[in-house]
Formats: sequence, C-alpha cells, structure tokens
Amino acid sequence: MPYNQEGPSVSEIVIQSEPIDVAAIQDKLRANNPSVGAVVTFLGLMRDMNQGDQVFSMFLEHYPGMTEKALREILDEAERRWDLLGVRVVHRVGELSPTDAIVLVAVASAHRGEAFRACEFVIDFLKTRAPFWKKERTGNGDRWVSARHGDSDAEKRWGE
Amino acid sequence: MIKVLYFARLREELKTGSESVAAVPDLRSLKDMLRARGGDWAEIFGDGQWVMASVNQKMADLDTPLTDGDEVAFFPPVTGG
Repeated sequence: MPYNQEGPSVSEIVIQSEPIDVAAIQDKLRANNPSVGAVVTFLGLMRDMNQGDQVFSMFLEHYPGMTEKALREILDEAERRWDLLGVRVVHRVGELSPTDAIVLVAVASAHRGEAFRACEFVIDFLKTRAPFWKKERTGNGDRWVSARHGDSDAEKRWGE
Repeated sequence: MIKVLYFARLREELKTGSESVAAVPDLRSLKDMLRARGGDWAEIFGDGQWVMASVNQKMADLDTPLTDGDEVAFFPPVTGG
C-alpha cells in the first residue's frame, strides 16, 4: 500500500556541511522495500564558471529552523500529489568546491513516472522557497549569487 | 518586542544579523520603520528592492500581522539548490 494522506511521512531532510554520500542514500531508499520500482535522483553540482567568471569556491548560508520547515512543506505537498515510497533531500551548507554536490533530491516510488515528476517538483520549489544563499569566490572578488527568473518560472509550471 | 534577523547580503550591508525592536502591527509597518533609519536601510528597504521576508519562519507578505514575541527575517531572494 503506497503512502497516502493519512499515512506517516516517508520523507527525510538533512542539512549538512559534509559531502553527500549518494550511493548510501539510494541504497537506503530501496533496502528491504521490494515495492520500490524506481529511484530518481537529482544532484545539483557546483560549477567552476558562472556569468563568465571563474569560480574558485562557494559558501552556502541558510536560515536554520526555517530551512527545515520550508523543505518539510514542499515534501508534504509532493507526498500529497504522488504515491511515494521514500524521499530524501540533502543540502550542503558552508564551504564548497567545484564538482561538489550542493543538493541531492532522491525519490522512490513503485513506478518511474511518479518518481521523476516528484523529484522535479521538489527541486523546483526548493530553488524558490528554501532559505539558502550562495556566495561565490571568483577571480573578480566575492559576490552573492542573484536569483534567476527562470527558477520562478519553473515553479509556476506546477500550479497551486 | 519583535526579533528581527537579516541574512546573506542584507546582513553584510546592514552590518547586523539580528536585533530586537518594539512591536508594530504588521510587516509593512516594520519595513517602513526600518526604511526610516536612512542610509543603507533606506536603500535596502526602499521601493523596487526585491527583499523577501518571513514571520515565525514562514514566508510572509507585507500584510502579515505581527504580535509581540514574533521572529521576523528579511533576506534576498533565495539561491539554494
């Protein structure tokens, strides 16, 4: 029986400064659960270029307390919209280097369609609603990253 | 009193991360009060600036009422993920 509105939440949120162990998270989502037919994982990675400048490192700041609440709302909504068997969101804070994973969203469900859609939904809303801020260290000095209008367009696709 | 937090670029430009202010009826009144301080405050809380806010750790708009003991935060548009 998949998760339904009355059941307990199957999602977990972790905010951490340590690197993300992708394989361990994926393994845990399917371990001992033969009803899982699909695990879709999104990894957001740090690039070494942004707006034409070389980026050497990045600092991720967040609003402890609100971050978890904002993500919880997004995951609760995902669980209302789709039958999900497990969701993990792991977001890093602190110092990051190019090629590091900044965020992981992994969704387990019986079939791939729901897992793909829920995964994209979660990352789209995380981008516009979760209180994280990136500061880049570039060849031209330190700078706060500006929000992208494309991100709010991505969120609007999902309706209310 | 109302606890007010500032994050990211706002914290740096305003040179403060948190303060307590006398209670006001809503978020709009608080923003007006902060803008009236002039200088960087007038700039950051001025018209046309894209500043987000939360009340008790939930996203809020300017009509959100405030009560004594609330935690308000102001911050730039978020850039996680």
